[in-house]
Amino acid sequence: MSQFPITLKSFGKTAILIEWPRQVDEAVLKHILTYQHFLKTKLEDSWEMIPAYNSLTLINSYADFDYQKMRDQLFSWYEMPKPELHLKQHLWKLPVCYDLEFGIDLEAVAEALLLPIPEVIRKHTSHVYTVYGIGFLPGFMYLGGLPNALEIKRKKTPRLRVAKGSVGLAGKQTGVYPQDSPGGWNIIGRCPVPLFNPHAADPCFASVGDKIQFIPIERAEYELHKIEAEVGIYTPEKEEFHA
Amino acid sequence: MLKVIAPGFYTTLQDAGRRHWRHKGVPVSGTMDDLARHHVNTLLENPSDAAVLEITMTGPKLLFEQDTYICISGADISPGLNENPIQLYQVYKVVAGDLLSFGKLVKGFRTYLGIKGGFQTEAVLGSASQYPPVTEKKTIEENAGLSYPKVSHFEPRIPQIKTEDYLDALEIEVTEGPEWDLLTDTQKKLLFATDFTVSKENDRMAYRLEEKIGEHSYSMLTSAVLPGTVQMTPEGKLIVLMKDGQTTGGYLRILQLSTRAIAVMAQKKTADTLRFKRIQIR
Repeated sequence: MSQFPITLKSFGKTAILIEWPRQVDEAVLKHILTYQHFLKTKLEDSWEMIPAYNSLTLINSYADFDYQKMRDQLFSWYEMPKPELHLKQHLWKLPVCYDLEFGIDLEAVAEALLLPIPEVIRKHTSHVYTVYGIGFLPGFMYLGGLPNALEIKRKKTPRLRVAKGSVGLAGKQTGVYPQDSPGGWNIIGRCPVPLFNPHAADPCFASVGDKIQFIPIERAEYELHKIEAEVGIYTPEKEEFHA
Repeated sequence: MLKVIAPGFYTTLQDAGRRHWRHKGVPVSGTMDDLARHHVNTLLENPSDAAVLEITMTGPKLLFEQDTYICISGADISPGLNENPIQLYQVYKVVAGDLLSFGKLVKGFRTYLGIKGGFQTEAVLGSASQYPPVTEKKTIEENAGLSYPKVSHFEPRIPQIKTEDYLDALEIEVTEGPEWDLLTDTQKKLLFATDFTVSKENDRMAYRLEEKIGEHSYSMLTSAVLPGTVQMTPEGKLIVLMKDGQTTGGYLRILQLSTRAIAVMAQKKTADTLRFKRIQIR
C-alpha cells in the first residue's frame, strides 16, 4: 500500500492529532483505519482513537505521556512496512420510509432539484455511502458519496426540532438524525432503526469505514420495524465486506 | 435516599465522565469543575471519580433520609443545613431528616455536593453522568430519590481544607490548538490582548464568547474536538467546548484549555470576563 504523508500535532496535554492530506477519499480513510488497527495492537487500552475524514486523534486522559517520544514512535510505526490488512467492515441496509408525512421537505427538494419525487428516492437509495466520521450527536454518521444530483443547500432557517430518525440532505452530505434535535437539513424521509442505543453492547452498530445503503419501505413496514425496534428484536440487515 | 424537594435551576449527577465511546459520538460529560469534584471526594475519602451533584446557579432543596457525611465545594451558593449556614470544603455529619438548602449566589457558578461513598446511581456506558439520550433524565427532578450508602460514623482525616480561590480568576490557561498556525498575526495578538465576555449562550456543552477576532475563510474537514477546545467560526467568534460538547467539529481549533482552565471556565457565567494566557506544557 503506497503511503500518504502524515503530520502530527500536539492537541492539549492529553491528545495527539494525526492528519492525512485534506481530501474526502476512500483511500485516505483506508490508510487511517489500517493505521488505527495497527495502533490498537501497540498502544495500551487507555488510549482512545477517533478517526474522521482525514484525521485520527489519539487521547489518553489517564496518564501523562512524553509527546516527543510518542511523536517519534508514531512516525516510525507509520513508516514500518505492514502486511496488507483486510479490515472487516459492514454494509448496513437501513430502511427509510419516504412518505410525505416523514419527508417534510421532499416536495420542496424535488422541485429545487428539478427531479420527480420517485427519482429523488431512486437516486438516494441506489447509492452506497461511506461512514467518514461519527460525531455531532451520539450515533450521528457523516456519510460521503452523495450523487451530485442530490446536492442541495441546507435550509435558511434551521428547525428547532427535527424528529429522531429523520433522513436529511445538506450540501454534499446525507444523514440520519439519531435523536430529536434542532437542525437545518432538508428532510426527505424517516428511518425506523434506532442508530443509538446506550444499553446495547455497542451503542452505535456502525463504525467509521462502514457503508450505508438506504432501502425504500412503505408506511406499514415502517410501523412494523419501529415496533420491532422498540421491543428490541429488530437488527438492521448487514453484509460483511473486506476493504 | 436523598429526596429532591426542589431540583434547583440545573442540578445533575456527575462523576469523572464517560470515556471510550467518543468514536461513536458520545460526549465525555462528567463534572464541569473537576477540581471541585476532586476536593469533595478527597475530603470524604471517596475515590476521586465518585458521583457528586453538580448544582448550577440556584440550589436545590434536599432531604436526607439516612445518616451520612457531606461536603460542598466550588461556587458559593450560601448552603445551609436546616437553615444554618455551612462552610464549603468542610465535612459535615447529617442525620435522617436533615434538610440541605441554598441561598444567594455569592461567587462562582457551579457548586458540588459530595456524599460519603458517592451517589449510587446506575452507570450507563461506564458513567453515572447525566446526558440524554445516554441517560434517561437530563437533570434531577422533583420528588426523585437519589440513593447513597448509610454511614453513621466516619472520622475524616482532614475535616477541612483551604483551597486557592479560582472562582474569580480572570486568566484561562491555554496551549495552541491544531489550527493555530492558520491565524493571522493580528488574530494571534488579539486572542491574548482581548478581554472576552461570556455570552448568554453558555451551558454544559459550550461557552460562546461575545468578541470577534476577525474572519477567516479556511474550510477544514470535520475532526475530533475535546472538552476545552476553543473553536473559531468563519465570522471570527469563539466557542469554548465544555464537558457535554460534541466529539467532532468543523470549526478551527485554535486553542486548548488545560484541565484546570476548564474548571476555572466552569465557574464563569453570562457577562463574566476572561483573558487567555498561554502556558507551556511540553
